Amino acid sequence: MLEIKNIETYYDLIYAIRGASLSVEKGTITTILGNNGAGKSTILKTVMGLIDDQPDKGIIEYQGQRIDGLDTEEIVRLGIAYVPEGREVFEELTTRENLLLGAYIRRDQREIRQDLERIYSYFPILKERSKQWAGTLSGGEQQMLAIGRALMSRPDLLFLDEPSLGLSPLLVKEIFRIIKEINQEGVTILLVEQNARMALSVADIGLILENGRFVMKGRASELLADKDVQEFYLGVSSDASAKGYQRWKRKKAWR
Amino acid sequence: MIVSGIAAGSTYALMGMAMVIIYKTSEVPNFAQGEMALATSFFTLMLLEQRGLPYHLAFPAAFLFAIGLGCLLEFAVLRRAKEPSVLGFIVITIGLEMILMGLVSWKFGADPKTMPFPISPYDSIAIGGVFISSLELLTLFVALVLMIILFIFFRFSKLGMAMKATQQNHTAARLMGIRTNRMLMLTWGISSLVGCTAGLLISPITMQPYMMWDPMLKGFAAAVMGGMTSLPGAVFGAYILGIIENLFGGYVSIEFKSVIAFIIIVLVLCIRPSGLFSRHYVKKV
Ligand SMILES: Nc1ncnc2c1ncn2[C@@H]1O[C@H](COP(=O)(O)OP(=O)(O)O)[C@@H](O)[C@H]1O
Ligand SMILES: [Mg+2]
Repeated sequence: MLEIKNIETYYDLIYAIRGASLSVEKGTITTILGNNGAGKSTILKTVMGLIDDQPDKGIIEYQGQRIDGLDTEEIVRLGIAYVPEGREVFEELTTRENLLLGAYIRRDQREIRQDLERIYSYFPILKERSKQWAGTLSGGEQQMLAIGRALMSRPDLLFLDEPSLGLSPLLVKEIFRIIKEINQEGVTILLVEQNARMALSVADIGLILENGRFVMKGRASELLADKDVQEFYLGVSSDASAKGYQRWKRKKAWR
Repeated sequence: MIVSGIAAGSTYALMGMAMVIIYKTSEVPNFAQGEMALATSFFTLMLLEQRGLPYHLAFPAAFLFAIGLGCLLEFAVLRRAKEPSVLGFIVITIGLEMILMGLVSWKFGADPKTMPFPISPYDSIAIGGVFISSLELLTLFVALVLMIILFIFFRFSKLGMAMKATQQNHTAARLMGIRTNRMLMLTWGISSLVGCTAGLLISPITMQPYMMWDPMLKGFAAAVMGGMTSLPGAVFGAYILGIIENLFGGYVSIEFKSVIAFIIIVLVLCIRPSGLFSRHYVKKV
């Protein structure tokens, strides 16, 4: 569905993505894991056309059509929705207005109303807050609003950038349950996370990004079982890590 | 005197609203606003006098001209500026202002003209024992009607909502599929249209290249008083300004009548820097 072929992205002189390839299959949840600053958000932003004149190299294809170089608003119109890391809700518009703006590219008024109700059933709290300015919502509520708003465009492909960031463990569980549900209703999902355990528990495919390059790819279940992943991303300590040099050696071997 | 204050206030209100519309979406204080209206007024004069068009054709043509001019300036000039600061925008719009004023003076000459108008500026009607000129009444009516239309537009229409979204968060607006460049251009068109009504309503009284300077500054003052992003705020500010100015001119000193506007601005900025009507959401850190 989405093919990213060997892209390179710069922020002026900062070389952030150093040749990354990725393909997202229709109907799956694919997750990109990696530490802070690895370049996870940059990949999503590059695909969405949010970084001027980037990618510098490489090709991005969506449903067989090249989309690198298109304007963000045109990419969105092709059926990709993006929930950015900072939520980016319209702070001085109400929750309801935010959701309706999510459906800006649609014309089917009646179905838009139905979808609004559907979003309210996913996130009942948003219904209670429907007349409230989005800027006055709590972080968790804003996250739900950002996800709901993205769904209002009826995307075929949904990008989620760290939906668990800053949320309570209970809320994280709830959000991931809903992500799974959205996927089961036919939306393909590309999920960026630092919370590797949670992400791998819902994903089909996982990739690990380090310093702008993918260093590992596999089925989510395989990654969950992998010794290195357990050690560096899931916080499972093994005997090897007691000796510092061993840890260094393994990490080195990945590149 | 309060009545003529209200009448003056209506003109300021139209200019103030025009400036607020642009500032709201793009944070550009548009000092070319007055001269955009000026250009439209002279264009109308040309249609009426030289082409001999009837009013019912000339005025719609003028409105189209105003919208086109607004869109053109945004597209050809403002959009070309790469990441400018507010100061940069001020310089650009003042530059536009001088260019437009220069063009008008060059094409039509600097001497006063008379604008034909369906209503004579000397007609007046008595309402409850007070005489009010019918042109002033028309101005008041136009200002109020436009205010209501704009309010409804921004509050309830999809396009108005998209403009507000563009102003609040450019990136997020694009992520909704909103073509933000088009929104900005349209904003300038609408604003120019609102401003041009002020120009057309002033032109029967005075028609020369400097006619919009004072109304624009007062409109700007009113908009600042209202917080610069609030349409009702700008209108309210405009009427307060018009009334105080006229009372001051009548009872204290006619020479300093105009100065009072700026004394009021300074006072407002000292007491409530964000304007009397701003109700901005304060970001939680
Ligand atoms: N707007 C920016 N300007 C310059 N450098 C940036 C910008 N955004 C991110 N970077 C750099 O690009 C790299 C990748 O960042 P990012 O994609 O945000 O990482 P992640 O989302 O994986 O935490 C980091 O080194 C970061 O410092
Ligand atoms: Mg990130």
